[in-house]
Order: sequence, then C-alpha cells, then structure tokens
Amino acid sequence: MPTLTEKKTTRSGRPAPELIFGDLWEYDPAPETADPKLKARYDLFINGAFVAPKSGKYFDSINPANEQKLAEIALANKDDVDAAYAAAQRAFDTTWGKMPGRERAKYLYRIARLLQDRAREFAVAETLDGGKPIKESRDFDVPMAAAHFFYHAGWADKLEYVAPGHKVAPLGVVGQVIPWNFPLLMLAWKIAPALAMGNCVVLKPAETTSVTCLKLAEILQDAGLPPGVVNFVTGFGETGAAVTGHPTPAKIAFTGSTEVGKIIMRSLAGTDKKMTMELGGKAANIVFDDAPLDQAVEGIVNGIFFNQGHVCCAGSRLLVHEPVADKVLAKLKNRLKVLRVGDPMDKNTDLGAINSREQLKRITELVASGVKEGAELYQPPCKLPTKGFYFRPTLFSGVSMSHRIAREEIFGPVLSILTFRTVEEAVEKANNTAYGLSAGVWTDKGSRILKMSTELKAGVVWANTYNKFDPTSPFGGYKESGFGREGGRQGLLDYCQLT
Amino acid sequence: MSRLPITKTPKVYVGGAFIRSESARTFPLKDAAGNFFANIPQCTRKDLRNAVEAAAKAGPGWAKRTAYNRGQILYRLGEMIEARAGELADAIRLGGASEAAAAKEVAATVDRLVYYAGWCDKYEQVLGNVNPVASAHFNFTVTEPMGVVGVIAPDEAPLLALVSLIAPAITSGNTVVALASSTQPYPAILLGEMLATSDLPGGVVNVLTGFRKEIVPTFATHTHLRAVSGVANAEERKALKLGAAESVKRTHLLKAEDKTDWLAASAQSLYAIRDTLEFKTTWHPIGA
Repeated sequence: MPTLTEKKTTRSGRPAPELIFGDLWEYDPAPETADPKLKARYDLFINGAFVAPKSGKYFDSINPANEQKLAEIALANKDDVDAAYAAAQRAFDTTWGKMPGRERAKYLYRIARLLQDRAREFAVAETLDGGKPIKESRDFDVPMAAAHFFYHAGWADKLEYVAPGHKVAPLGVVGQVIPWNFPLLMLAWKIAPALAMGNCVVLKPAETTSVTCLKLAEILQDAGLPPGVVNFVTGFGETGAAVTGHPTPAKIAFTGSTEVGKIIMRSLAGTDKKMTMELGGKAANIVFDDAPLDQAVEGIVNGIFFNQGHVCCAGSRLLVHEPVADKVLAKLKNRLKVLRVGDPMDKNTDLGAINSREQLKRITELVASGVKEGAELYQPPCKLPTKGFYFRPTLFSGVSMSHRIAREEIFGPVLSILTFRTVEEAVEKANNTAYGLSAGVWTDKGSRILKMSTELKAGVVWANTYNKFDPTSPFGGYKESGFGREGGRQGLLDYCQLT
Repeated sequence: MSRLPITKTPKVYVGGAFIRSESARTFPLKDAAGNFFANIPQCTRKDLRNAVEAAAKAGPGWAKRTAYNRGQILYRLGEMIEARAGELADAIRLGGASEAAAAKEVAATVDRLVYYAGWCDKYEQVLGNVNPVASAHFNFTVTEPMGVVGVIAPDEAPLLALVSLIAPAITSGNTVVALASSTQPYPAILLGEMLATSDLPGGVVNVLTGFRKEIVPTFATHTHLRAVSGVANAEERKALKLGAAESVKRTHLLKAEDKTDWLAASAQSLYAIRDTLEFKTTWHPIGA
C-alpha cells in the first residue's frame, strides 16, 4: 500500500519543536455552580405519582467524585414492579393506547421542551450522580436526550410511514432496563420511541444512577402525561429481574453488558416476548497512514476517553497502520499529558470520576492483566483527587489479539494499541471479536472508507470521526453486541407490530 | 415383458453436491397408500455442521453478487421449478395431497420466488435511508445480510413453506442451511436438484433431511448460525431461544400450532427479508 504521508519539516530542515502547554500554567478551578435541585429521598414513580416502596427500604446513591451520599433511592421489590406494570397496562388500555398520534406527539414535544428548560439543572444532577465531566452532561447527554424526545414526538402521528406496505400497532406495555453510563440519555432512547409508537413503559435505571430518571418523572408530571404511561422502579439486579421476568410486558428492551443480556435472553426463552438488546462492544478504531493524524489523534482520544471510556461503542482497540504507528503513539502520549482528570464539576475537566468502586476495581484488574500479559503500559503523570473513584487515562502498546485487554470490554479509559500492515489484516483483526457494535476508520481515501465500512461487521461505522450520535441515526450492534436498533426509522419499528 | 424403471436414490444437496448422510443412515419413505417409495438420508448433527461450513464458505461470494444478479438467479430458480412442476406436484402428492392442491402449491412456490427475485434490488431502497443528523456529517443506513441462516421448515406444505423460508434469507445475500419437512422430505430432495441447476452458487442453500429431534438442538447451539427462522413447537422454540442466548443469535420462529397458511399473501413480505438483515450506519464529516 503506498504511503501518502510526507515528512513535515521546518524551513531549516529540523523537525518542529513540540510545544505542550498543559503544564505551563495552573488552571484556576472553574466549577459549575447551578443548583441540581435534588431531593434528599426519591420514591418510586408509579401511576403518575411518587410512591414509597412497599418494602419501606431505601439505598444510598453516592457521588463517585467524592464518595459522599447524594440521595436516598427507593428499593423496589416484586410487588412494586407488579404495581408499576398494572398501572402501565391500565394506561395502555384506557388512555395512551387509544390516543390519536397527534396528541401523543404533543406530550413528547412538551417533555423535550421542559427538559431543555431545565437543562443545566439536569446536567449538574447527572454529573453529581454519575461522575461524568460537566462539559459532557451539559453539551451532550442532556441536549441529546431532549433531542430524542423532540425527534420521536414528530413520528407519533406519522406511523404509517414507518413500515411501508404495512399498518403498525403498538406492542402494549414494554419493560426497559438501562445502564449507568448515560443515565438520562439511555432513558430517552428507550422511552421516546416506545411512547411515540403508543406503548406504555416500566423502566428501571441502574442502581448507581437513578437520580436524573426520577427528576425526569417531575417533568412527566409537569407535562401532564397521563398516569401510568411511564413508570420508574429503582433498585438493583433483583428489581431488574422482576422487570424483565414479569408476565405483562410484550417486549423487553435492555441496554447493558453482553453477560446480562444473555441471562435475560435465557430467562425469556420460554415466552413470546419480543426483545431488543444493546450490549457490549470492543470497537476497532483503524488509522491508516494517509489519515490526517492530528485529527485522528483527537478522534482516538474522544473515542476512548469520552465519558471515562464508559461507552459500549468506545474505540477501545486502536489498530494503527505500521508506517505511522510510532508517530501516532508519540502524538497520543503528548495528548494524554494535557488531558485534565479530576473534579467532574469543573468545566475544564476532560475525564471525570469512574462511575463506581466496583467498576474501578474491574478496570484496575483488567489493566493489571494487560501488564501481566506483556503489553506496554503508559499513563500520564497527572494528579488524581484523593477522595472518589478515578483512573488515569491509559495506553497499552504492543498488544496482541490474544490479550484480555484486546478481547474483553474494559468499559474504562484504557486503550489497547495494535498494528496492521494491509487493509485485509485490519479488517481481519477488527472483525475478530464476538462483538460488533461500532468501528472507526481514519483515511483520506474515499474508496477505502467505503470498502472498510462495507467489510467491518459493526452496526455503526464512524469514518474520520468517532462517537457521534443523533436521534435520526440508528444505533445498535451485530453479533454479540445485540440486536435491534435505537434511533431513526429502524429503531421505531422495533417498538411496533405489523398488522 | 415390460421394462422395469430405475428409481432415484434420494440425496441431500449440501455445498453444491448431492450427498448421503455422513452417518450412512436412511429412513424409509412411504407414499400416501403406504407403499415403500425410497430411503431418505437421515442427516445428523455432523451433517448440519458440515452444511454450515459450506454455507459460511459460500457466504461472502453470494453477498457480493450484485442485487441484479441475485434477482436473476432467484428468478431462474423459479424457471427451474416451473419446468419440473409436474414432478414436484407428484412429490407433494406422496404425502396425500390432492392433485389440485399439489399443483397449487407448486405454482405458489414459483410465484413466491418471483416475488422475492423482484425484491433483490429494491428492499434496500425501502429499508435503508439517509439520516438528517444535526451536525455536519453525511450519515446513511444500509442493510447487510447476517451471514448463515438456519431454516427449520414445518412438516406441512413441504415445498412452499421451505421455499417461503429460504427465499427471503437468500434475497439479501445470506446463505442458508435448511431442515426439510420430516414427514414429507421428498419435495425438498427435488428442490435440491433445481437449486443445482439455477445458477445459485453451491453452498448458498443447503437442504438436509432427517428428524427434527436429532437436528433442531444443533440449530439452537451452533454459534456460526447467526439467525434461525422457521416453524417450531413450544418445546423447540424454548430450546432454540435458550441456545440462541449463548451467542446472541437472532430467532424468528412461527408457532407450529398456529398452522401458517403458506398460500396466503401474508406468507410473503418485505419484513421477512428484514428479519435476516443487519442495519449499518456510517458517518462521515462533510467538509473541504
């Protein structure tokens, strides 16, 4: 393969000196100060009202940035889940299922607008609860969640265009279980298409990130959404199992690990319930020697360090074309030196807190395995806060396909770097995984982009970009990354039956 | 003295060749009157695995054929069946169908292939699209075949149901390993001969005969089958879904107890093609 890269030199013939500004000045703290308007205690949201859990039990939600208690969250048991499903079924039978699409649409538009109104408040709450940098919750999570409601609102009265040749009908009640990495956004991905199609919902957020879900319940009340159309039950895995194992829902939609996805699939094997599964990933981000390397480095950094790497589609395997491997690694190391790790509430923070002690343990364990298996570790010498859960942005070079860090989803800020010589080898390595959620390609050659995007077995391919999302753009995986799509026309079809 | 006709040795069509079961087992097939007709290969789990291998090998080439080419080949399969309609009708009548019913099933089978042949270069235009994302990116969603699809045909409608399940999968470039009707396998044996003369590359469709109890469990657990579609009873559905969970396999199972009317227009659909498709969305920045 010809190399398009030319050696960049200064007029004097010497390589340009590198300037790294990161350490030259102390940054002043730039904390976000908006009030998240948190309650000390959050109850379950069932049939349009906040209700105490039947068990009377609550559990603490902590701020992973400093390990301080943020709020108490109700622990839902089987009876609470029963009540939630009863409310959802009643709402489907009496109000929501009979409402004309144009009216359903208006509720969804309202939800989108009310969320936009309170965007900063929600962003702060999301950051406090989950540990992600405020710049991400403020500029990505919350606006994107609002956009999902706004997009799907407009579909509610246009459903005859969803499946050409067929009429569509809602499924009825759907049960949904979502993860902790994008709590509010995942909720929007789940609820918006379900409601637009006329379904009613029982949703369980992750136990470490229930706050914005319950705050959204306030918005649902303000929007006047009929009681029971959306119900939130909070708790741990047991509550989740009660949601997925309940006889009422016609469909279970799950986002989370492949391991749990398989457990749910097994538990539903004897039923006729529909399912969509958005599971794990181990995406290859492939950089060719003709790529604009500075842009590629930004894309690699965004691909793996966005949201501390708690992203199912994270570009966690970097495949670099051999002629530029050293150069890319050097650039990456320099870039890592200026990443700011620390207080998620600081507007300059690039990497916030790891979501939980448990996740930090898992990341630490996998990184240790990488060292043990012989990959070369690089971490920048940044200072980490003494309290809270943090992990340095981490590079592994000299990784081979058999290493655990090249095969298992780490779900943290850890990049495994492999090299390749030919297009065929890149494709072979990229596809040599049980996962198939996403992939990245960096090259200046258009025909190569199209070849790669055809050959890569992944549901989303980012070419010369990475980690871009949009309500209009279907998202979801091949192989063990799950089935079904979320977003776009394709995502809507997974919430209806053809009649 | 009248001439004694020679009878055909039924063989299954796998990897473009006509083979016996690796186990060398057969089971006797009787006609509607109860007279011996022929010995049918009693395929095994190993035969299924071999067939999956053949299908996997044929997959990339078939998926890369142009949509126009796949359409012509499916149409040619229809031509092959039309030309041997009488023989196929006789095969269906072995199971006790009336002459009229058998002829109707063959005709519907040809029409079904013509229907899917026409979809080959159109489904993408209906199911895929460009997405108007709120950023400076060109974003489009296209479909791709899943890979090797397992097809489990019901016992009834031994030709029409089998073809109705195979056709939507191969329309988009999947390859298929199918288990034919256990009680009426002979039409599937003949179908193999027509597949072989239809320009369909070897390995794209592989048809096994045998007993459901022996083979269905391997459809459930074989991880190289990316999807299983077909007709199954409650017990089989549970086994198939349990097995599917291990590799997050896609299942599209009709209930045996629902007695699908394969002659109905509802037995053919764009959305049957969609069932064995993956959607892939590609992003690229728009800029100079």
